[in-house]
Amino acid sequence: MSAPVLELKQVRKSFDSELVLEDISIKVPEHTATVFIGASGSGKSTLLRCINLLEQIDDGEIKLDGTEITSVETDPDSVRRKIGMVFQSFNLFPHMTVLQNIVLAPIRVQQVERDVAEQKARDLLKRFGLLDKANQYPDRLSGGQQQRVAIIRSLAVNPRLLLLDEITSSLDPVLVNEVLNTVRDLKAEGMTMVLATHEMGFAKQVADEVCFLKDGRILEWGNPKNLLDNPQRKETQDFLRQVNEAGRL
Amino acid sequence: MTDATSRADSASSSDSSDSSLSRVKNSQYDFGGPWQPSDLEIARRAARKSRNRKNAAIAAVSSFVVLGTLLVIAVTSPGWKSLSDTFFNWAYGVEVLPKILLGFLTNVSLTLIAGTCVAIFGLTIALIRTSKAAALTPFRLLATVYVDVFRGIPMLLVILLVGFGIPALQLKGVTNNVLILGTTAVIITYTAYVAEVIRSGILSVHPSQRAAARSLGLSYFQSLRFVILPQAFRRVTPPLLNDLVALIKDTGLVSILGVTDAIRAAQINTSRSFNYTPYVMAAIVFLLITIPLTRYTDRALRRSIERQNSQGQA
Repeated sequence: MSAPVLELKQVRKSFDSELVLEDISIKVPEHTATVFIGASGSGKSTLLRCINLLEQIDDGEIKLDGTEITSVETDPDSVRRKIGMVFQSFNLFPHMTVLQNIVLAPIRVQQVERDVAEQKARDLLKRFGLLDKANQYPDRLSGGQQQRVAIIRSLAVNPRLLLLDEITSSLDPVLVNEVLNTVRDLKAEGMTMVLATHEMGFAKQVADEVCFLKDGRILEWGNPKNLLDNPQRKETQDFLRQVNEAGRL
Repeated sequence: MTDATSRADSASSSDSSDSSLSRVKNSQYDFGGPWQPSDLEIARRAARKSRNRKNAAIAAVSSFVVLGTLLVIAVTSPGWKSLSDTFFNWAYGVEVLPKILLGFLTNVSLTLIAGTCVAIFGLTIALIRTSKAAALTPFRLLATVYVDVFRGIPMLLVILLVGFGIPALQLKGVTNNVLILGTTAVIITYTAYVAEVIRSGILSVHPSQRAAARSLGLSYFQSLRFVILPQAFRRVTPPLLNDLVALIKDTGLVSILGVTDAIRAAQINTSRSFNYTPYVMAAIVFLLITIPLTRYTDRALRRSIERQNSQGQA
């Protein structure tokens, strides 16, 4: 069996004196999706930012394809080239068109020819039904469209791993679905993913493993059906009940 | 206007009340018919028009009264005759205009040269001050001291210190040309201002933009060049244009070193004739350049605000 795409070993992270992540160990095999659930402030976003080396961990190890990426010698830029990340707030570049947003990294980082990069970008846009937006600026798009463009932008560099950080949290319910469908498609195509989300139904469909995070620790983990339908720990039960009640309002 | 009215008229006359009624009956979702403003909207438009006409009338009357009063006060003042002779002697003004324009060429070329240098140095210092690289620490320190010092000294003093101080050093190979020394002083001062404007622009771009760029694998400098700086420059274009207008005027200050610019040319002619019209002419020449630039700055500012607002809605 080949090494998992991503492996975390006893990762620890604090901001000043506040401990944000403690003893986080997970393995994400190829073509699988690991979903983190938990309340705001439980450390989900920080964890994803650590994996992408946007934050420096305090202890532990992160391995990508068996190679430690948290070593001092690692060039963070070369790691980030292999990891795509999509943010809650889209973070499209407002001064560039959709197409320019997508081809920036392929052209500047991977030295792909402009024609080739643009053709690939158009193919991706077409696949996700956004081809007619290629020459629009991001502020002309709806939130859902912007987020799908952000996903396409991160796919354009052929990442080994995709990090999705609460990508539906700033969208209204109608737009949530179009974004989630996009992620389902990616999962079906075999993309390896780590997600942080509040959409429990979606987590159940797309996840191979779900981890419940509270106060920076993984309290409970397992396959989505077991964990979401039959949580063992009281904290998990409380959290899921609160999510359900909020959903029914 | 007349076109639209006649079209609306013909539409209403051909559209009998019967047919429009039946359309309503057939389908309440029929949006196909030609739209005509309702009576309510027509009344509103008429009210708006009459209000606008009233406002225009008020503006005209109040302008006439205020400006007219000021003019009357000026013209009827006891010194008006001698003032208009010494300041608004247009025949003499036209006579000295070529000399002033020749001097103004110095201001313009000085502005272009200084402006280019200031843009390059200002950007460099802004980048040094916003970088976090350990190797740049001494430069960061120097840049901060430089900005603090030269933003705090009146430019006139910098011009005097550079213009008279550097020749006094009697260094070999260093020019005594007052034009070059004066320009250097202007560059030194304005670089400090412009560096701060650009730095504030860089800092105003949200950190998440940098995070997004870095997570795509772009290096520090690539993120800066393709993502941060283009957005920063859009935001600081209006204040930078403001600084450009100020720069054009402040190039006149090098005249104290003896450079024959527009102000100096006016001064020479004034002291020759004891008539101050050359100063007025010089002022007009400056205005001919600065007013269009100021208008343009205003427009740039308005556009940048609109752009930011539309981003806020997204």
